[in-house]
Amino acid sequence: MALPNSLPRAADTHDDTATAAGSHEPAATGVEPTPVTASPASGKGWFGEHLALALILPLGLAIGWEAAVSFGYAEGRLMPPPSRIASTFQDLALYGDLWLHVWATLWRVLVGFALGAVAGIALGAISGASGLIRNLLDPTLQALRSVPSIAWIPLFILWFGIFETSKVMLIAVGVFFPVYLGVAQGILSIDRKLVEVGRAFRLSRLAMARRILLPAILPETLTALRSGLGLGFMFVVAAEFMGASEGLGYLLVDGQQMGLTDQIVAAIIAFALLGKAADWLLVTLTSPLIRWQDTVRERL
Amino acid sequence: MLTLSHLGKTYADGTQALSNINLEARAGEIAALIGGSGCGKTTLLRLAAGLDHATGGTISLDGERITGPHPAVAVVFQEPRLLPWLTVADNVGFGIDHLPRNERESRIEHALARIGLAEHAGRWPRDLSGGQQQRVAIARALVTRPKLLLLDEPFSALDAFTRASLHGALLDLWEDVRPIVLMVTHDVSEAVTLADRAFVMRARPGRIHDELPITLARPRVQTSTGFEQDVRRLLEALDEARQPPQTERAAQAAGHWW
Repeated sequence: MALPNSLPRAADTHDDTATAAGSHEPAATGVEPTPVTASPASGKGWFGEHLALALILPLGLAIGWEAAVSFGYAEGRLMPPPSRIASTFQDLALYGDLWLHVWATLWRVLVGFALGAVAGIALGAISGASGLIRNLLDPTLQALRSVPSIAWIPLFILWFGIFETSKVMLIAVGVFFPVYLGVAQGILSIDRKLVEVGRAFRLSRLAMARRILLPAILPETLTALRSGLGLGFMFVVAAEFMGASEGLGYLLVDGQQMGLTDQIVAAIIAFALLGKAADWLLVTLTSPLIRWQDTVRERL
Repeated sequence: MLTLSHLGKTYADGTQALSNINLEARAGEIAALIGGSGCGKTTLLRLAAGLDHATGGTISLDGERITGPHPAVAVVFQEPRLLPWLTVADNVGFGIDHLPRNERESRIEHALARIGLAEHAGRWPRDLSGGQQQRVAIARALVTRPKLLLLDEPFSALDAFTRASLHGALLDLWEDVRPIVLMVTHDVSEAVTLADRAFVMRARPGRIHDELPITLARPRVQTSTGFEQDVRRLLEALDEARQPPQTERAAQAAGHWW
Protein backbone atom coordinates (compact mmCIF):
# COMPACT_ATOMS: atom_id res chain seq x y z
CA MET A 1 0.00 0.00 0.00
CA ALA A 2 1.31 3.46 -0.87
CA LEU A 3 2.09 5.63 2.09
CA PRO A 4 1.72 9.39 2.19
CA ASN A 5 4.63 11.11 0.49
CA SER A 6 5.80 12.99 3.53
CA LEU A 7 5.33 12.20 7.12
CA PRO A 8 2.47 14.15 8.67
CA ARG A 9 2.87 15.59 12.14
CA ALA A 10 0.51 14.44 14.86
CA ALA A 11 -0.82 17.90 15.60
CA ASP A 12 -2.07 18.53 12.10
CA THR A 13 -3.67 15.23 11.27
CA HIS A 14 -6.83 13.62 12.47
CA ASP A 15 -6.60 10.33 10.67
CA ASP A 16 -6.98 8.20 13.76
CA THR A 17 -9.47 10.24 15.66
CA ALA A 18 -12.25 7.71 15.61
CA THR A 19 -13.83 7.52 19.01
CA ALA A 20 -15.54 4.71 20.78
CA ALA A 21 -18.74 6.16 19.42
CA GLY A 22 -17.59 4.75 16.12
CA SER A 23 -17.06 7.88 14.08
CA HIS A 24 -14.30 7.51 11.47
CA GLU A 25 -13.58 10.81 9.80
CA PRO A 26 -11.27 10.92 6.80
CA ALA A 27 -8.03 12.85 7.33
CA ALA A 28 -8.89 15.42 4.70
CA THR A 29 -11.95 16.72 6.48
CA GLY A 30 -10.07 17.53 9.66
CA VAL A 31 -13.23 16.87 11.63
CA GLU A 32 -12.72 16.72 15.38
CA PRO A 33 -13.47 13.40 17.04
CA THR A 34 -17.05 13.00 18.08
CA PRO A 35 -17.30 13.86 21.77
CA VAL A 36 -18.58 11.00 23.85
CA THR A 37 -22.10 11.99 24.63
CA ALA A 38 -24.05 11.02 27.70
CA SER A 39 -25.51 7.60 27.23
CA PRO A 40 -29.26 7.34 26.79
CA ALA A 41 -29.09 4.97 29.74
CA SER A 42 -28.65 7.94 32.04
CA GLY A 43 -31.84 9.69 30.84
CA LYS A 44 -34.94 10.23 32.95
CA GLY A 45 -37.12 8.59 30.30
CA TRP A 46 -35.00 5.46 30.41
CA PHE A 47 -35.48 5.18 34.18
CA GLY A 48 -39.27 5.58 33.91
CA GLU A 49 -39.42 3.02 31.12
CA HIS A 50 -37.39 0.49 33.09
CA LEU A 51 -39.39 1.09 36.26
CA ALA A 52 -42.64 0.54 34.36
CA LEU A 53 -41.25 -2.70 32.87
CA ALA A 54 -40.06 -3.90 36.26
CA LEU A 55 -43.48 -3.28 37.84
CA ILE A 56 -45.57 -5.08 35.22
CA LEU A 57 -45.08 -8.60 36.62
CA PRO A 58 -45.50 -7.96 40.39
CA LEU A 59 -48.42 -5.54 39.85
CA GLY A 60 -50.11 -7.92 37.41
CA LEU A 61 -49.85 -10.82 39.88
CA ALA A 62 -51.07 -8.65 42.78
CA ILE A 63 -54.05 -7.31 40.87
CA GLY A 64 -54.92 -10.79 39.60
CA TRP A 65 -54.79 -12.33 43.08
CA GLU A 66 -56.78 -9.43 44.60
CA ALA A 67 -59.46 -9.90 41.97
CA ALA A 68 -59.51 -13.68 42.48
CA VAL A 69 -60.10 -13.28 46.25
CA SER A 70 -62.61 -10.40 45.84
CA PHE A 71 -64.74 -12.36 43.36
CA GLY A 72 -64.64 -15.49 45.54
CA TYR A 73 -62.48 -17.61 43.25
CA ALA A 74 -59.97 -18.03 46.11
CA GLU A 75 -60.29 -17.95 49.87
CA GLY A 76 -57.11 -15.95 50.60
CA ARG A 77 -56.49 -17.66 53.92
CA LEU A 78 -53.14 -19.26 53.14
CA MET A 79 -52.15 -16.51 50.71
CA PRO A 80 -53.82 -13.23 51.71
CA PRO A 81 -54.73 -10.69 48.99
CA PRO A 82 -52.56 -7.56 48.56
CA SER A 83 -55.12 -5.30 50.26
CA ARG A 84 -54.97 -7.37 53.47
CA ILE A 85 -51.16 -7.50 53.35
CA ALA A 86 -51.02 -3.71 52.80
CA SER A 87 -53.33 -3.16 55.73
CA THR A 88 -51.19 -5.43 57.96
CA PHE A 89 -48.09 -3.62 56.72
CA GLN A 90 -49.70 -0.28 57.58
CA ASP A 91 -50.79 -1.49 61.03
CA LEU A 92 -47.30 -2.83 61.74
CA ALA A 93 -45.78 0.45 60.62
CA LEU A 94 -48.19 2.70 62.50
CA TYR A 95 -49.07 0.75 65.64
CA GLY A 96 -46.75 -2.24 65.67
CA ASP A 97 -42.99 -2.46 65.85
CA LEU A 98 -42.16 -2.71 62.14
CA TRP A 99 -39.39 -0.09 62.35
CA LEU A 100 -37.91 -1.76 65.42
CA HIS A 101 -37.81 -5.08 63.52
CA VAL A 102 -36.46 -3.46 60.36
CA TRP A 103 -33.71 -1.68 62.30
CA ALA A 104 -32.77 -4.85 64.24
CA THR A 105 -32.41 -6.80 60.99
CA LEU A 106 -30.60 -3.99 59.23
CA TRP A 107 -28.14 -3.51 62.07
CA ARG A 108 -27.29 -7.23 62.13
CA VAL A 109 -26.82 -7.31 58.37
CA LEU A 110 -24.67 -4.17 58.36
CA VAL A 111 -22.35 -5.35 61.14
CA GLY A 112 -22.16 -8.89 59.74
CA PHE A 113 -21.58 -7.50 56.24
CA ALA A 114 -18.80 -5.20 57.43
CA LEU A 115 -17.02 -8.04 59.30
CA GLY A 116 -17.45 -10.56 56.49
CA ALA A 117 -16.45 -8.08 53.78
CA VAL A 118 -13.29 -6.92 55.58
CA ALA A 119 -12.22 -10.52 56.28
CA GLY A 120 -13.13 -11.61 52.74
CA ILE A 121 -11.19 -8.76 51.10
CA ALA A 122 -8.15 -9.27 53.34
CA LEU A 123 -7.93 -13.06 52.98
CA GLY A 124 -8.97 -12.94 49.32
CA ALA A 125 -6.19 -10.42 48.59
CA ILE A 126 -3.57 -12.47 50.46
CA SER A 127 -4.72 -15.71 48.87
CA GLY A 128 -4.80 -14.16 45.40
CA ALA A 129 -1.38 -12.54 45.75
CA SER A 130 0.55 -15.44 47.28
CA GLY A 131 0.62 -18.94 45.85
CA LEU A 132 1.85 -20.36 49.15
CA ILE A 133 -0.99 -18.85 51.19
CA ARG A 134 -3.48 -19.83 48.47
CA ASN A 135 -2.38 -23.47 48.63
CA LEU A 136 -2.53 -23.32 52.40
CA LEU A 137 -5.90 -21.60 52.79
CA ASP A 138 -7.99 -22.17 49.75
CA PRO A 139 -8.79 -25.91 50.00
CA THR A 140 -10.04 -25.52 53.58
CA LEU A 141 -12.05 -22.38 52.81
CA GLN A 142 -13.58 -23.98 49.71
CA ALA A 143 -14.65 -26.97 51.83
CA LEU A 144 -16.15 -24.70 54.49
CA ARG A 145 -17.92 -22.68 51.79
CA SER A 146 -20.15 -25.63 50.97
CA VAL A 147 -21.40 -26.00 54.56
CA PRO A 148 -25.07 -24.86 54.68
CA SER A 149 -25.78 -21.83 56.87
CA ILE A 150 -28.14 -23.76 59.16
CA ALA A 151 -25.35 -26.21 60.01
CA TRP A 152 -23.36 -23.45 61.73
CA ILE A 153 -26.19 -22.41 64.07
CA PRO A 154 -25.77 -24.98 66.88
CA LEU A 155 -22.02 -24.43 66.97
CA PHE A 156 -22.32 -20.65 66.90
CA ILE A 157 -24.86 -20.69 69.74
CA LEU A 158 -22.45 -22.76 71.82
CA TRP A 159 -19.50 -20.55 70.92
CA PHE A 160 -21.04 -17.08 70.96
CA GLY A 161 -24.27 -17.50 72.98
CA ILE A 162 -27.86 -17.01 71.93
CA PHE A 163 -27.76 -13.22 71.63
CA GLU A 164 -26.41 -10.83 69.00
CA THR A 165 -22.85 -12.10 68.57
CA SER A 166 -23.83 -15.49 67.16
CA LYS A 167 -26.30 -13.87 64.73
CA VAL A 168 -23.79 -11.33 63.48
CA MET A 169 -21.10 -13.99 63.12
CA LEU A 170 -23.42 -16.20 61.11
CA ILE A 171 -24.13 -13.33 58.71
CA ALA A 172 -20.41 -12.51 58.53
CA VAL A 173 -19.72 -16.12 57.49
CA GLY A 174 -22.35 -15.82 54.75
CA VAL A 175 -20.83 -12.58 53.45
CA PHE A 176 -17.23 -13.75 53.76
CA PHE A 177 -17.19 -16.54 51.17
CA PRO A 178 -18.42 -14.72 48.04
CA VAL A 179 -16.22 -11.71 48.86
CA TYR A 180 -13.16 -13.91 49.48
CA LEU A 181 -13.75 -15.81 46.26
CA GLY A 182 -14.41 -12.67 44.18
CA VAL A 183 -11.32 -10.84 45.40
CA ALA A 184 -8.99 -13.86 45.09
CA GLN A 185 -10.27 -14.64 41.59
CA GLY A 186 -10.09 -10.96 40.67
CA ILE A 187 -6.41 -10.81 41.57
CA LEU A 188 -5.64 -14.04 39.73
CA SER A 189 -7.32 -12.76 36.58
CA ILE A 190 -5.56 -9.36 36.43
CA ASP A 191 -4.09 -8.78 33.00
CA ARG A 192 -0.39 -9.70 33.18
CA LYS A 193 0.37 -6.94 30.70
CA LEU A 194 -0.89 -4.24 33.06
CA VAL A 195 1.27 -5.60 35.86
CA GLU A 196 4.20 -5.43 33.45
CA VAL A 197 3.48 -1.73 32.93
CA GLY A 198 3.83 -1.30 36.69
CA ARG A 199 7.10 -3.23 36.62
CA ALA A 200 8.43 -1.15 33.72
CA PHE A 201 7.72 1.97 35.82
CA ARG A 202 9.51 0.36 38.79
CA LEU A 203 6.54 0.40 41.15
CA SER A 204 7.24 -0.95 44.62
CA ARG A 205 5.04 -3.82 45.87
CA LEU A 206 2.89 -1.37 47.77
CA ALA A 207 2.60 1.03 44.84
CA MET A 208 1.83 -1.90 42.53
CA ALA A 209 -1.02 -2.95 44.85
CA ARG A 210 -2.36 0.61 45.19
CA ARG A 211 -1.96 1.79 41.59
CA ILE A 212 -2.52 -1.38 39.55
CA LEU A 213 -3.88 -4.37 41.48
CA LEU A 214 -6.59 -2.67 43.55
CA PRO A 215 -8.10 -0.60 40.73
CA ALA A 216 -7.92 -3.63 38.44
CA ILE A 217 -9.94 -5.83 40.79
CA LEU A 218 -12.43 -3.14 41.81
CA PRO A 219 -15.22 -4.31 39.44
CA GLU A 220 -14.92 -7.95 40.66
CA THR A 221 -14.73 -6.78 44.28
CA LEU A 222 -17.89 -4.71 43.96
CA THR A 223 -19.74 -7.61 42.33
CA ALA A 224 -18.52 -9.85 45.16
CA LEU A 225 -19.71 -7.33 47.75
CA ARG A 226 -23.16 -7.29 46.12
CA SER A 227 -23.31 -11.09 46.25
CA GLY A 228 -22.12 -10.95 49.86
CA LEU A 229 -24.79 -8.42 50.79
CA GLY A 230 -27.47 -10.59 49.19
CA LEU A 231 -26.24 -13.61 51.14
CA GLY A 232 -26.15 -11.45 54.27
CA PHE A 233 -29.90 -10.93 53.94
CA MET A 234 -30.39 -14.68 53.46
CA PHE A 235 -28.28 -15.54 56.49
CA VAL A 236 -30.02 -12.97 58.71
CA VAL A 237 -33.24 -14.99 58.39
CA ALA A 238 -31.44 -18.12 59.59
CA ALA A 239 -29.81 -16.05 62.34
CA GLU A 240 -33.12 -14.59 63.49
CA PHE A 241 -34.72 -18.03 63.53
CA MET A 242 -32.35 -18.93 66.36
CA GLY A 243 -34.19 -17.31 69.20
CA ALA A 244 -34.53 -13.64 68.26
CA SER A 245 -37.10 -11.42 69.96
CA GLU A 246 -36.92 -8.75 67.26
CA GLY A 247 -36.11 -8.52 63.57
CA LEU A 248 -37.96 -9.37 60.37
CA GLY A 249 -36.99 -13.03 60.82
CA TYR A 250 -38.72 -12.95 64.21
CA LEU A 251 -41.86 -11.56 62.50
CA LEU A 252 -41.77 -14.58 60.15
CA VAL A 253 -41.50 -17.09 63.03
CA ASP A 254 -44.14 -15.21 65.04
CA GLY A 255 -46.46 -15.17 62.00
CA GLN A 256 -46.00 -18.92 61.50
CA GLN A 257 -46.68 -19.72 65.18
CA MET A 258 -49.76 -17.47 65.30
CA GLY A 259 -51.02 -18.50 61.85
CA LEU A 260 -50.76 -14.89 60.59
CA THR A 261 -50.06 -15.38 56.89
CA ASP A 262 -50.50 -11.67 56.17
CA GLN A 263 -47.75 -10.87 58.71
CA ILE A 264 -45.48 -13.49 57.11
CA VAL A 265 -46.02 -12.03 53.64
CA ALA A 266 -45.59 -8.47 55.00
CA ALA A 267 -42.26 -9.52 56.56
CA ILE A 268 -41.18 -11.17 53.30
CA ILE A 269 -42.04 -8.00 51.39
CA ALA A 270 -40.13 -5.93 53.96
CA PHE A 271 -37.13 -8.24 53.44
CA ALA A 272 -37.36 -7.78 49.68
CA LEU A 273 -37.63 -3.99 49.94
CA LEU A 274 -34.82 -3.76 52.48
CA GLY A 275 -32.54 -6.03 50.44
CA LYS A 276 -33.27 -4.16 47.25
CA ALA A 277 -32.72 -0.78 48.94
CA ALA A 278 -29.40 -1.93 50.43
CA ASP A 279 -28.26 -3.28 47.07
CA TRP A 280 -29.31 -0.07 45.31
CA LEU A 281 -27.43 2.00 47.88
CA LEU A 282 -24.30 -0.12 47.45
CA VAL A 283 -24.47 0.14 43.65
CA THR A 284 -25.17 3.89 43.77
CA LEU A 285 -22.30 4.57 46.14
CA THR A 286 -19.79 2.41 44.27
CA SER A 287 -20.68 2.87 40.60
CA PRO A 288 -18.71 6.16 40.28
CA LEU A 289 -15.61 4.12 41.15
CA ILE A 290 -15.98 1.94 38.07
CA ARG A 291 -17.39 4.38 35.55
CA TRP A 292 -14.20 3.93 33.52
CA GLN A 293 -15.25 0.41 32.56
CA ASP A 294 -15.88 -0.22 28.88
CA THR A 295 -18.92 -2.41 29.24
CA VAL A 296 -21.93 -3.22 27.15
CA ARG A 297 -24.32 -2.36 30.01
CA GLU A 298 -25.26 1.11 28.72
CA ARG A 299 -25.94 -0.25 25.27
CA LEU A 300 -28.35 -3.00 26.27
CA MET B 1 25.56 5.34 24.97
CA LEU B 2 23.74 2.03 25.01
CA THR B 3 26.05 -0.97 24.92
CA LEU B 4 24.99 -4.56 24.56
CA SER B 5 27.99 -6.79 25.01
CA HIS B 6 28.03 -10.54 24.27
CA LEU B 7 24.40 -10.63 25.32
CA GLY B 8 22.75 -14.05 25.45
CA LYS B 9 19.50 -15.53 26.65
CA THR B 10 18.80 -19.22 27.12
CA TYR B 11 15.45 -20.26 28.60
CA ALA B 12 15.07 -22.85 31.35
CA ASP B 13 14.01 -25.48 28.79
CA GLY B 14 17.32 -25.03 26.98
CA THR B 15 16.00 -22.91 24.11
CA GLN B 16 18.68 -20.46 23.09
CA ALA B 17 16.80 -17.26 22.19
CA LEU B 18 19.77 -14.92 21.82
CA SER B 19 23.46 -15.51 21.34
CA ASN B 20 26.42 -13.14 21.46
CA ILE B 21 24.59 -9.89 20.68
CA ASN B 22 26.92 -6.92 20.42
CA LEU B 23 25.36 -3.55 19.72
CA GLU B 24 26.11 0.07 20.43
CA ALA B 25 23.76 3.02 20.02
CA ARG B 26 24.79 6.62 20.57
CA ALA B 27 22.81 9.31 22.36
CA GLY B 28 20.00 10.66 20.18
CA GLU B 29 20.22 7.74 17.77
CA ILE B 30 17.26 5.71 16.57
CA ALA B 31 18.19 2.07 16.05
CA ALA B 32 15.84 -0.46 14.51
CA LEU B 33 15.97 -4.19 15.19
CA ILE B 34 14.48 -5.94 12.21
CA GLY B 35 14.09 -9.59 11.39
CA GLY B 36 11.63 -12.42 10.89
CA SER B 37 9.45 -13.97 13.57
CA GLY B 38 11.30 -15.84 16.31
CA CYS B 39 14.66 -14.14 15.83
CA GLY B 40 14.64 -12.77 19.37
CA LYS B 41 13.85 -9.09 18.71
CA THR B 42 11.31 -8.80 21.51
CA THR B 43 13.45 -10.90 23.86
CA LEU B 44 16.33 -8.51 23.29
CA LEU B 45 14.08 -5.52 24.00
CA ARG B 46 12.74 -7.11 27.19
CA LEU B 47 16.30 -7.66 28.39
CA ALA B 48 17.13 -4.01 27.69
CA ALA B 49 13.95 -2.99 29.58
CA GLY B 50 15.03 -5.07 32.56
CA LEU B 51 11.83 -7.10 32.35
CA ASP B 52 13.80 -10.30 31.76
CA HIS B 53 17.27 -11.38 32.82
CA ALA B 54 20.07 -12.18 30.41
CA THR B 55 21.86 -15.48 30.89
CA GLY B 56 25.07 -14.08 29.41
CA GLY B 57 26.72 -10.76 28.63
CA THR B 58 25.82 -7.28 29.81
CA ILE B 59 23.67 -4.28 28.96
CA SER B 60 24.85 -0.85 30.03
CA LEU B 61 23.53 2.64 29.57
CA ASP B 62 26.09 5.42 29.88
CA GLY B 63 28.36 2.94 31.66
CA GLU B 64 25.72 1.85 34.18
CA ARG B 65 24.72 -1.81 34.03
CA ILE B 66 21.05 -2.54 33.51
CA THR B 67 19.85 -5.56 35.46
CA GLY B 68 16.21 -4.57 36.06
CA PRO B 69 13.71 -1.82 35.23
CA HIS B 70 15.69 1.44 35.24
CA PRO B 71 14.49 5.04 35.74
CA ALA B 72 16.26 6.17 32.57
CA VAL B 73 14.59 3.50 30.42
CA ALA B 74 11.03 3.72 29.10
CA VAL B 75 9.10 1.11 27.14
CA VAL B 76 6.24 1.30 24.65
CA PHE B 77 4.67 -2.10 24.17
CA GLN B 78 3.02 -3.61 21.14
CA GLU B 79 -0.41 -2.80 22.63
CA PRO B 80 -1.00 0.59 24.27
CA ARG B 81 -1.51 -1.01 27.72
CA LEU B 82 -3.16 2.13 29.08
CA LEU B 83 -4.64 1.80 32.54
CA PRO B 84 -8.39 1.90 31.91
CA TRP B 85 -9.21 3.46 35.31
CA LEU B 86 -7.03 6.51 34.67
CA THR B 87 -7.92 9.42 32.41
CA VAL B 88 -5.77 10.11 29.37
CA ALA B 89 -3.87 12.82 31.28
CA ASP B 90 -3.29 10.57 34.29
CA ASN B 91 -2.08 7.79 32.01
CA VAL B 92 0.45 10.16 30.45
CA GLY B 93 1.58 11.22 33.92
CA PHE B 94 1.69 7.67 35.35
CA GLY B 95 5.48 7.51 35.49
CA ILE B 96 6.09 11.04 36.82
CA ASP B 97 4.06 10.92 40.01
CA HIS B 98 7.13 11.80 42.01
CA LEU B 99 7.48 15.22 40.35
CA PRO B 100 6.04 18.43 41.87
CA ARG B 101 2.45 18.97 40.74
CA ASN B 102 3.16 22.00 38.51
CA GLU B 103 6.04 20.29 36.75
CA ARG B 104 3.99 17.12 36.28
CA GLU B 105 1.00 18.99 34.86
CA SER B 106 3.11 21.07 32.54
CA ARG B 107 4.84 17.98 31.12
CA ILE B 108 1.51 16.22 30.62
CA GLU B 109 -0.01 19.27 28.95
CA HIS B 110 2.96 19.70 26.66
CA ALA B 111 3.02 16.01 25.69
CA LEU B 112 -0.72 15.93 24.99
CA ALA B 113 -0.44 19.05 22.85
CA ARG B 114 2.47 17.47 20.96
CA ILE B 115 0.44 14.37 20.11
CA GLY B 116 -2.67 16.38 19.24
CA LEU B 117 -4.78 15.03 22.11
CA ALA B 118 -4.93 18.07 24.40
CA GLU B 119 -8.71 18.16 24.29
CA HIS B 120 -8.89 14.47 25.26
CA ALA B 121 -7.05 14.93 28.57
CA GLY B 122 -10.05 14.17 30.77
CA ARG B 123 -11.38 11.23 28.76
CA TRP B 124 -11.08 7.54 29.52
CA PRO B 125 -8.83 5.36 27.34
CA ARG B 126 -11.98 3.51 26.17
CA ASP B 127 -13.05 6.71 24.39
CA LEU B 128 -9.97 6.76 22.17
CA SER B 129 -9.22 4.93 18.93
CA GLY B 130 -6.33 2.44 18.75
CA GLY B 131 -4.03 5.03 17.17
CA GLN B 132 -4.88 7.65 19.78
CA GLN B 133 -4.25 5.14 22.57
CA GLN B 134 -0.84 4.30 21.14
CA ARG B 135 0.00 8.02 20.99
CA VAL B 136 -0.85 8.27 24.67
CA ALA B 137 1.39 5.27 25.37
CA ILE B 138 4.27 6.95 23.55
CA ALA B 139 3.66 10.19 25.46
CA ARG B 140 3.53 8.23 28.76
CA ALA B 141 6.96 6.81 28.01
CA LEU B 142 8.53 10.05 26.86
CA VAL B 143 7.29 12.39 29.62
CA THR B 144 9.65 10.54 31.96
CA ARG B 145 12.45 12.00 29.77
CA PRO B 146 14.27 8.69 29.42
CA LYS B 147 17.78 8.26 28.08
CA LEU B 148 16.65 5.08 26.36
CA LEU B 149 13.26 4.52 24.75
CA LEU B 150 12.35 0.95 23.81
CA LEU B 151 9.61 0.42 21.23
CA ASP B 152 8.27 -3.10 20.78
CA GLU B 153 6.45 -2.96 17.44
CA PRO B 154 4.06 -0.30 18.77
CA PHE B 155 2.60 0.43 15.33
CA SER B 156 2.18 -3.11 14.06
CA ALA B 157 -1.56 -3.37 14.75
CA LEU B 158 -2.42 -0.06 13.07
CA ASP B 159 -3.42 0.81 9.54
CA ALA B 160 -0.88 2.48 7.23
CA PHE B 161 -2.25 6.02 7.57
CA THR B 162 -2.50 5.90 11.35
CA ARG B 163 0.98 4.42 11.43
CA ALA B 164 2.39 7.27 9.32
CA SER B 165 0.73 9.79 11.63
CA LEU B 166 2.17 8.03 14.68
CA HIS B 167 5.65 8.09 13.15
CA GLY B 168 5.21 11.85 13.05
CA ALA B 169 3.99 11.98 16.65
CA LEU B 170 6.92 9.85 17.77
CA LEU B 171 9.48 12.01 15.99
CA ASP B 172 7.86 15.15 17.45
CA LEU B 173 8.16 13.83 20.99
CA TRP B 174 11.59 12.37 20.35
CA GLU B 175 12.80 15.83 19.21
CA ASP B 176 11.97 17.18 22.69
CA VAL B 177 14.02 14.64 24.60
CA ARG B 178 16.23 13.00 21.95
CA PRO B 179 16.75 9.72 23.81
CA ILE B 180 18.38 6.67 22.26
CA VAL B 181 15.54 4.77 20.63
CA LEU B 182 15.77 1.01 20.18
CA MET B 183 12.78 -0.13 18.20
CA VAL B 184 11.65 -3.55 17.15
CA THR B 185 9.89 -3.75 13.83
CA HIS B 186 9.22 -6.20 11.06
CA ASP B 187 8.30 -3.41 8.67
CA VAL B 188 11.17 -2.41 6.37
CA SER B 189 9.54 0.93 5.42
CA GLU B 190 9.09 1.78 9.07
CA ALA B 191 12.73 1.06 9.82
CA VAL B 192 13.89 3.26 6.93
CA THR B 193 11.38 5.99 7.87
CA LEU B 194 12.50 6.26 11.48
CA ALA B 195 15.90 4.73 12.10
CA ASP B 196 19.46 6.00 11.80
CA ARG B 197 20.69 2.42 11.82
CA ALA B 198 19.02 -0.91 11.23
CA PHE B 199 20.26 -4.11 12.84
CA VAL B 200 19.15 -7.12 10.84
CA MET B 201 18.65 -10.20 12.99
CA ARG B 202 18.60 -13.88 12.14
CA ALA B 203 17.03 -16.71 14.07
CA ARG B 204 18.01 -19.95 15.83
CA PRO B 205 19.61 -18.60 17.91
CA GLY B 206 18.76 -14.90 17.61
CA ARG B 207 21.79 -12.87 16.64
CA ILE B 208 22.72 -9.77 14.67
CA HIS B 209 23.37 -10.63 11.05
CA ASP B 210 24.07 -7.21 9.59
CA GLU B 211 24.10 -3.52 10.45
CA LEU B 212 22.98 -0.90 7.90
CA PRO B 213 23.27 2.85 8.39
CA ILE B 214 20.35 4.97 7.12
CA THR B 215 21.55 8.47 6.44
CA LEU B 216 18.54 10.05 4.71
CA ALA B 217 17.57 13.51 5.95
CA ARG B 218 14.30 13.88 7.92
CA PRO B 219 11.45 14.15 7.14
CA ARG B 220 11.93 11.15 4.89
CA VAL B 221 9.93 10.96 1.70
CA GLN B 222 8.90 7.40 0.99
CA THR B 223 8.82 7.85 -2.77
CA SER B 224 12.34 9.29 -2.99
CA THR B 225 15.08 7.31 -4.72
CA GLY B 226 17.22 7.25 -1.58
CA PHE B 227 14.37 5.82 0.46
CA GLU B 228 13.69 3.12 -2.10
CA GLN B 229 17.39 2.24 -2.26
CA ASP B 230 17.59 1.86 1.52
CA VAL B 231 14.44 -0.27 1.53
CA ARG B 232 16.00 -2.49 -1.14
CA ARG B 233 19.29 -2.80 0.79
CA LEU B 234 17.43 -3.75 3.91
CA LEU B 235 15.27 -6.30 2.07
CA GLU B 236 18.40 -7.90 0.62
CA ALA B 237 19.98 -8.10 4.07
CA LEU B 238 16.78 -9.67 5.42
CA ASP B 239 16.77 -12.21 2.59
CA GLU B 240 20.34 -13.08 3.39
CA ALA B 241 19.51 -13.42 7.09
CA ARG B 242 16.81 -15.94 6.20
CA GLN B 243 19.31 -18.20 4.41
CA PRO B 244 20.96 -20.96 6.45
CA PRO B 245 24.54 -20.15 7.52
CA GLN B 246 27.40 -20.82 5.08
CA THR B 247 28.56 -24.04 6.79
CA GLU B 248 25.03 -25.45 6.71
CA ARG B 249 24.69 -24.57 3.03
CA ALA B 250 28.02 -26.19 2.25
CA ALA B 251 26.96 -29.32 4.12
CA GLN B 252 23.67 -29.40 2.21
CA ALA B 253 25.50 -29.01 -1.10
CA ALA B 254 27.83 -31.88 -0.15
CA GLY B 255 24.83 -34.06 0.56
CA HIS B 256 25.42 -34.39 4.30
CA TRP B 257 22.18 -35.12 6.11
CA TRP B 258 23.05 -33.24 9.31
